[in-house]
Amino acid sequence: MIDDQRHIVTPEGVPLALTLAGPVPRAVAYLIDFCIRIVVYLVAAIALGPLGGVGWGLLLILFFVLEWGYPILFEVLRNGQTPGKKALKLAVVKEDATPVDLNASLVRNLLRTADLFPSFYLAGLITMLIDSRFRRLGDLAAGTLVVHVTPPPDSSLHNGTAPLPPDWAVTVSDRQLLLNFLERSPQLSPGRRAELAQLAFPELAPDAAEQQLRQVALHMQGAGNGAAGS
Amino acid sequence: MKQQQFEARYGAFWDALTQTLTQMEQPARPRWRWRAADKTAQPSPDSPSTSAATPTTTPATTSAADFPADYRRLCHQLALARQRGYSPNLVNRLNALVLRGHRQLYQHRPPLLPRLRDFVRADFPRAVRAQWRWHVASGMSFILAMALIWGLLAVQPDRVHSVLSGEMIANIEAMYASETRLSDGRGSDDDVMMFGFYIYNNISVAFRSFAGGLFFGVGALFIMVFNGGFLGAVAGHLTNVGAGEALFTFVIAHGAPEITAIILAGGAGLRLGAALLAPGQQTRLAALRAAARSGLPVIYGVFLLLILAAFIEAFWSPRDLPAQTKYIAGGLCWALLTVYLLFAGRTAGGDDDGSR
Repeated sequence: MIDDQRHIVTPEGVPLALTLAGPVPRAVAYLIDFCIRIVVYLVAAIALGPLGGVGWGLLLILFFVLEWGYPILFEVLRNGQTPGKKALKLAVVKEDATPVDLNASLVRNLLRTADLFPSFYLAGLITMLIDSRFRRLGDLAAGTLVVHVTPPPDSSLHNGTAPLPPDWAVTVSDRQLLLNFLERSPQLSPGRRAELAQLAFPELAPDAAEQQLRQVALHMQGAGNGAAGS
Repeated sequence: MKQQQFEARYGAFWDALTQTLTQMEQPARPRWRWRAADKTAQPSPDSPSTSAATPTTTPATTSAADFPADYRRLCHQLALARQRGYSPNLVNRLNALVLRGHRQLYQHRPPLLPRLRDFVRADFPRAVRAQWRWHVASGMSFILAMALIWGLLAVQPDRVHSVLSGEMIANIEAMYASETRLSDGRGSDDDVMMFGFYIYNNISVAFRSFAGGLFFGVGALFIMVFNGGFLGAVAGHLTNVGAGEALFTFVIAHGAPEITAIILAGGAGLRLGAALLAPGQQTRLAALRAAARSGLPVIYGVFLLLILAAFIEAFWSPRDLPAQTKYIAGGLCWALLTVYLLFAGRTAGGDDDGSR
């Protein structure tokens, strides 16, 4: 199965799901970081330029720090997030989901040079597309992953609908389907919602079918009376 | 239990735990606070320093004192939520919370300063010696390329035009062979500028030769041969036009840390490439990781060496001093560095086995 989830098991025996980040959000995060670096450099150039040789020396050191140190410093000190990654809610973690440390961050960022080869991160992009966990060369060598940090927003949907017990014997997968429907319905178009609802209740009109499906799903979620424990 | 009952029962607990986690995720306080505690754990100077590997847990604040127990409760609740088929939103929320807790509980942040001291005193030279074959290989490619071009120019001086561009030759001659010496018209301002340049340029080259090794060693090898050849060409040409001494008095002191550092970075790069070419009993990925891990101390050391080299190159090398003084100081640099890399961190028991 093609999946962007990576499962690890914690020492407590709980499987933990990480949502891996693909090339596109990572590229956008990189561009944001790139722009931030350019702005910092330009501001420093305007401030330090008039100082002559000393200013140029400091600028070159700043350039070095921005090119090599920027991602390392942010990843180590800010829970694996550069400002660009933070904006896109990405984070670098080690493969066991622990925070990235200096060694791992250094390896993945030094080997950026190899990922850049020959230009525009071509080597890195190809590696990411081949690898099942979207790792570029630096990630492979450092044992790191780039993951999405926030879960989808929690949207509880109890807009005055009364729950309704289902009139059939519900299996676990039915439950999952119903709950998925409830939580994903805001992202679906009304037509699609009605279409899905009619699959469940072909005998009802589209609107009524959707209403009934929502009621049954709310019951599954446990709204109203909690009498029928599962 | 219905999902909403479950949420009602534990919601407050989850909120409290979220707050604790937010507090714990604040940037770490200055590490030097733990130095005093660490001193008691220091080994005597002649025993192998294993202290760097001792995990130092983050000191718990009062609000986070119950964190491990709370975290385990949370894990239990996540497992229950999964098992009972609660909605994906709830499972995702708990999963994200467990993830944050996991990051805090299992992170490893040993104190920095004691590690740095151990590193300079022993770990860096040991790491270099542990992989001496690769450093010899990268050093040989550098020196061979240099000797080849230098020898070529000694025999056929005109060949310089096929190695260096006309503009480059004019530049080099202007720098070393003209009547105006280096330090004339060069103020301390320019020293700082050149310091910045050496930091930026040299350390970038070193990092690139490490990374370039990933392409089966070719990138590292190319940078070694290119830089060795370039140095040979400059030295050969300036010797031919009778300005050899100006060059040698300039480069001899900072050359020790600088050339050594570039060669060490190349060696670490070659090791990366070799791990891919001949992984031995491991998978290529595992071999690559082992190579990167064992190459890292070398790269930290290369970084420190190049900062040292930039200082010498910017503030000492351009000074107009008698040639003899320059040669003695330069010789001293080479001797000290050689002794350091060969002997520092050796113990009576013999800690580095020289293999790998």
